Amino acid sequence: MRIAAPGRQQQTMRAIINQKPYPPRLPELRNLGTVLRILLAVNGLALVVAFDREPSWEAFSRVWLDTTAIVEPHVLANLLLLYVLAPWLEHMPYRTGVIVIFALNLGTTIALDAVLAMLAPEVVSTGMARHAVFSLLATGLLLGYFHLRTKALSPAITEARLQALQARIRPHFLFNSINAVLSLVRAEPRRAETALEDLADLFRVLMRDNRQLAPLADEIELCRQYLNLEKLRLGDRLEVEWHLENMPGDALVPPLVLQPLLENAVYHGVEPSGSPGAIAINIFLRRGQVHAILRNPYTFSGNHHAGNKMAMDNIRERLALHFDAEASLETRAGKDRYEVHIRMPYRPAPQLERVHA
Amino acid sequence: MLDAPLKILVVDDEAPARRRLRELLEDCAGALPLVVIGEAASGRDALDLLGSAAADLVLSDIRMPDMDGIELARHLLKLPLPPVLIFTTAYHEHAIAAFEVHAVDYLVKPVRVQRLLAALHKVPRLRPLSDARLDRLPATARRFLSVTERSRVVLVPIEEVIYLKAELKYITIRTSEREFLLEESLTKLEEEFGARFVRVHRNCLVARDAIRGFERHVSAEGDAHWEVLLRDVPEALPVSRRQQFIVREIGRENDT
Repeated sequence: MRIAAPGRQQQTMRAIINQKPYPPRLPELRNLGTVLRILLAVNGLALVVAFDREPSWEAFSRVWLDTTAIVEPHVLANLLLLYVLAPWLEHMPYRTGVIVIFALNLGTTIALDAVLAMLAPEVVSTGMARHAVFSLLATGLLLGYFHLRTKALSPAITEARLQALQARIRPHFLFNSINAVLSLVRAEPRRAETALEDLADLFRVLMRDNRQLAPLADEIELCRQYLNLEKLRLGDRLEVEWHLENMPGDALVPPLVLQPLLENAVYHGVEPSGSPGAIAINIFLRRGQVHAILRNPYTFSGNHHAGNKMAMDNIRERLALHFDAEASLETRAGKDRYEVHIRMPYRPAPQLERVHA
Repeated sequence: MLDAPLKILVVDDEAPARRRLRELLEDCAGALPLVVIGEAASGRDALDLLGSAAADLVLSDIRMPDMDGIELARHLLKLPLPPVLIFTTAYHEHAIAAFEVHAVDYLVKPVRVQRLLAALHKVPRLRPLSDARLDRLPATARRFLSVTERSRVVLVPIEEVIYLKAELKYITIRTSEREFLLEESLTKLEEEFGARFVRVHRNCLVARDAIRGFERHVSAEGDAHWEVLLRDVPEALPVSRRQQFIVREIGRENDT
């Protein structure tokens, strides 16, 4: 929160995190972002190779086509194989995983070349040795790249945690809520107790380590507690419609992915209006993806959009850090409705954890 | 005057906040004679209430729907005996910074009873906030213009204003139903609501969305001038030679 000196808080947190370096790990082989990066990189390499062989422009495009005609089947076959084996590779120690991937790539290259040589001997005339070297080189470069990327992103994940802390509850909300609780103490002490418990839970989540993904059901519980507190202040002005019939409660999501959006909805959608406003929350699973759609009333007044944008950017960034290109956050401002649509891959939490919970 | 209880109006859009303030005021009542004359959920309700009951002090939240606290402060000045205003706020960084600079009184929520009592003791020495001081606070454009009629504050929603015309000492506010007389400066109004109005003449601002079209007139002497035609009202207003460029500008907007 803004009350504490942010500089010092960040420093201590960095120090704690530095003690535990991020372990190297294989790229997520089923992630769309990874696949796209591999395709781009390999084709880029092919381009360089083609250019090296034929620096004149006219011949170059022909050579490049020839090169990609050989490279493409190889890279696709490799990607397919890695996709299939991904769950198995994931559980290997990093070094073993790297060796296995090298071996697999070399294997598919040779096997595919053998098949191609039988089908169309003239295309593979340049020799298998060259292909094998190219394949190993590309694999090595890519693994190196992904290793560096993980390394580069690990402070970013730390940062994500810091940002999660900074995606903090508005002080406005905190003090107004405490004031509302105070108003209950004399007349309705029991409601005051519940409200304080909700407030405590909310801050426990806000202040804990928020780097790891958490079950969606937990996030929803948090949202309910938050909205209970807002209801205390706003009474009938705040209406909430939940549509969670098809929600996968075990889906793993970044913590605080929805609560800040609800806070925005209340702050920009409900509070500025004298008449009651409804926030609708619709979460469902469709074709392996978790969709969360939030709608709230909206009146344009033009002076409060900086805070809103900050929260959106923060969530977008955390989604990208966790899910790369497989997640998205889109907003749509209509004439009197505002809609946020989040899309995330469905990753169920391991069953064991739920038994304890 | 000293013995009369302090008449207080509590303004906040959150019911629990009003209740809390009432409780605290009851706690103060032993140390200082006071009476809460009412509660309001917005600046607009507060002005309604003050039309029938006078207050010495208004305790008002800043961020409220319909009409915020700073706008309320402006309209309060139109009352025959403007009350003293003390803001209550939970957290409002920008406004608070400006309050400090311009010595505007405020209490931070949750309010402590000692702080409240100290503020109440100060009230007889406080003056209502002047327009000049309010001008320096960070405020968004008002949602209403206000005029005094029979010692009540009448609010005119800015969307209903068709044109504003300066005449001698006053400004005429024209809505589709009637006219009101306002004592403000046209230049300042233009600054505050610039996007909404367009100046057609040295003495006249017209709401852009009330413009129906333009008409060219040629007088007997052969002088030509333009007039602006308006929705909902019969009168046409002359466009000055200096402002003639707006005829083409707005005409083009309407075409697209």
